[in-house]
Amino acid sequence: MAARATFVYLASLAAGATILAHALYFLLIGDHISSATSFPLGLPWLSMNLRIDALSAWFLLVVNLGASAAAVYGLGYGPHCDEPDRILPFFPVYLAAMNLVLLADDAFVFLLAWEVMSLASWLLVLANHRQPGNARAAFLYLVMAVLGTACLSLAFGILSGFEGGYRFADIRGLRTEGWSGAIALALVILGTGSKAGLVPMHAWLPLAHPAAPSHVSALMSGVMTKVAIYALMRMLFDLAGPIGWGWGALLMGLGGLSAVMGILYALMQRDLKVLLAYSTIENIGVIAIGLGLALIFRANGLLPLAALALAASLFHVLNHALMKSLLFFVVGAVQVATATTDMERLGGLIHRLPRTGVLALVGAVAISSLPPFNGFVSEWLTLQAVLNAPSLPQWVLKFGVPVAGVLLALSAALAAACFVNAYGISFLGRPRSPEAASAEEVESTMVGVMAYLAGLCLLIGLLPTFVLIMLNPAVERLLGVPFPTIADGVSADEFLYLSPLGLGRSSYSGLIVLAVVSIVTAAVILGVRRRAVRQPRRTAAWDCGFPDPSPATQYTASSFAQPLRRVFGTVVFRARERVDMPEPGQLRPAQFTLRLVDPAWQVFYAPVQALVTALADRLNVLQFLTIRRYLVFMFAALIVLLLAVAFAK
Amino acid sequence: MRSLLADILLQVIQLVLVLALAPALTGLVRKMKARLLGRRGASIVQPYRDLAKLLRKELVLAHNASWLYRLAPYLGFALIWLAASLVPTFTTRLPLSPAADLIALVALLGSARFLLALAGMDVGTSFGGIGSSREMMIASLAEPAMLMVIFTVALFIHSTSIPSIAEFVLANPVGIRVSFAMALISLIMVAIAETGRIPVDNPATHLELTMVHEAMVLEYSGRHLALIEAGAMMRLLFYISMIAGVFVPWGLAPAGAPTASILIGLGAYLAKIVTGGVLLAVFEVSIAKMRVFRVSEFLGGALLLGLLGTILLYVSQSF
Repeated sequence: MAARATFVYLASLAAGATILAHALYFLLIGDHISSATSFPLGLPWLSMNLRIDALSAWFLLVVNLGASAAAVYGLGYGPHCDEPDRILPFFPVYLAAMNLVLLADDAFVFLLAWEVMSLASWLLVLANHRQPGNARAAFLYLVMAVLGTACLSLAFGILSGFEGGYRFADIRGLRTEGWSGAIALALVILGTGSKAGLVPMHAWLPLAHPAAPSHVSALMSGVMTKVAIYALMRMLFDLAGPIGWGWGALLMGLGGLSAVMGILYALMQRDLKVLLAYSTIENIGVIAIGLGLALIFRANGLLPLAALALAASLFHVLNHALMKSLLFFVVGAVQVATATTDMERLGGLIHRLPRTGVLALVGAVAISSLPPFNGFVSEWLTLQAVLNAPSLPQWVLKFGVPVAGVLLALSAALAAACFVNAYGISFLGRPRSPEAASAEEVESTMVGVMAYLAGLCLLIGLLPTFVLIMLNPAVERLLGVPFPTIADGVSADEFLYLSPLGLGRSSYSGLIVLAVVSIVTAAVILGVRRRAVRQPRRTAAWDCGFPDPSPATQYTASSFAQPLRRVFGTVVFRARERVDMPEPGQLRPAQFTLRLVDPAWQVFYAPVQALVTALADRLNVLQFLTIRRYLVFMFAALIVLLLAVAFAK
Repeated sequence: MRSLLADILLQVIQLVLVLALAPALTGLVRKMKARLLGRRGASIVQPYRDLAKLLRKELVLAHNASWLYRLAPYLGFALIWLAASLVPTFTTRLPLSPAADLIALVALLGSARFLLALAGMDVGTSFGGIGSSREMMIASLAEPAMLMVIFTVALFIHSTSIPSIAEFVLANPVGIRVSFAMALISLIMVAIAETGRIPVDNPATHLELTMVHEAMVLEYSGRHLALIEAGAMMRLLFYISMIAGVFVPWGLAPAGAPTASILIGLGAYLAKIVTGGVLLAVFEVSIAKMRVFRVSEFLGGALLLGLLGTILLYVSQSF
């Protein structure tokens, strides 16, 4: 059994690493000319078309970085799962389907791969099907996945027109404008946005992503959402041709909403995996803000700024894949060590899991977009795109762009609060349960993968220009112009400083910041310690003179979030706190209950559900007809379709 | 070669200057507040004595304090020190200043706060938790307001690097602009919140339930506490220098200026921070501390002012 698992994970690693190497070659050394192949498979009149171009190469890089890391992590983590064999068959299928989505060059292959990706991940979500709640999460996920695929097939149907040219080259040549074009684009945003987790289509994501085993959660949150972003970019930037600024504004608005709502919701959680899933919604929002800005700038003819915004988005795609994989791996390690992901049963893990503790800190700092790690670089680039927006002719955007900037800053600041909470409650303080007090460090394969991802987070934060060079072909492929400073070679200065619009205007250098901070810290430590009288004395905590030995007197995750819940929660989530204090003399414990409502359920899901239920009730009659009636229906359907075709011609 | 040496020399002077002046500024504010309240107050050099005393005192650690708790004061201090020495104080010619623009400077302070907030939770006491939680709430409300200020400035000057902003304001008479005035008020409100002054937080309080920053660092002692205190002092100096550098850059020695103008720059800078410190003291004695949950309204006001400033600028540009 163990040998089978080893084989599956090693084979996945080998495949992932091979594709990764190819994508790297394509982006760095190759001449960026897309190459296509087709196989005589699939529909009779349509062979299977595959193509790799700069955009798909960039996403192949991101996907396979995450996939190969997850495969190695699976070697260590897999045996700790409840039923490891339920993961093995679907894991490679899932990875292959994600790669195929990126390589598809016609609508049929794309939709087929998309659906296989959804179904394989659905089966992986069901791997822990015995835990309560997971079956419902998986069902909701399946419904949303089917809905998403339905939207995308309709969108492709409209985009490819009546001639039915399903190859991407045919779709590109066809301009769909007016109402049908608008419907197609709305369906694209609905279909890909629901998979990526854009608000208000997000409500399934924090249920389904945490239900899977941790290395699959990392793939779903870190990687599959990026495949959805790829689909969105492929359609909006490439296949749909030039589209109006309104779509950019819509995407920016949804992105801003996702960023703030996602991270606010993450703050209110006490389960680490659910918290990470909500944080994914935030990061998808940040990516969507960049994409929206790029569309807005492109529609207004500001191509260099559009390139900056698009590059910021693509950069964040890579960063989020790395950070989120790292953090899900950390939570997997915590789960292996303590058998829980509930923060309020953890605490003090920095002493028990010393190596994981350091790597978790790297992940937490990086995802809070703080220097010198990678999260800050993409956040900074997105902010530069916002800050350098000139006065746009559209009035909505005059107000909208600054507001998007505010939402971006708010989400970054809230993310810092959220991850201080997550790290502080679970890794610092005193253990809140016997499991946390007796946790043991996890095996070195898992630590090794986490260290590799943490190292990449730091390296990218220090040398972001290297990443910009790699993603530049994708920017050029979509907009026709390169990233502003990379147009004519890269000087040594530009490797040191990130300055998209010239050194005088704005610049940042993670390398110099880290170097100076390290030197200064070392100097301060030496200088201060030299004067130190003696060794530090260890004693009980001070706590204003009344330390209480019970770990229950520590701050909890929900008490940490209380000030922010009070500021935002009552409006956004209709948070209701109820304290049930017993009368004097009664001996029962006091109780505190907190209720949060995700408005997406009421605004988006409840109407859809009501509609589906109502339709199903009406159509239920059709199941009990005679054979003659059914034949009449078939005939009528034929007539209607023929008429439709006749009128459309 | 000479110019490179001069650059490095100026940067070193700046590093030493902010470190040397920060306690004096805090001492000045305390002295002024005491005088305004009718007390004599401690000498301006008292903060230096306090820091020297703390550095000499024994270090007491809780049993379960981790390496993070011991590293945070040093790293936090270094981050704030770096940020403070990248803001032009007496000259715009600082070789390190391209390493971080306004956004990155704010983020550097954010990193320092992140570390200290974590350290506050390390020992596992309820006071540490309450301090960290409130500090992070205030920061997450202040940061968007700060960004709106940066937005207003960047929209007008097309730059987020402080030396360029200062040189632009020096070279072009900006005149009195309503949107800049709004941005200035907004920035002052943010600075008050970020440095933990009245009415948001009270640096002198030791009443448990009203503490924010003090509660977070309650467990610290000895040299660790000295570094945290020095960091807080430097944070105050950073914000006053930044407001001075962006909104009143007059007197700053531009790049390639002779020695005389550098001396003028030093004099002007001293005058500016003395003015800033006196104004802060007057403001602090004339207002009462607000409840923690009123802070969101205070900073929401700052955010709206910033937003209004940006929108006014857009409107005035389009006509």
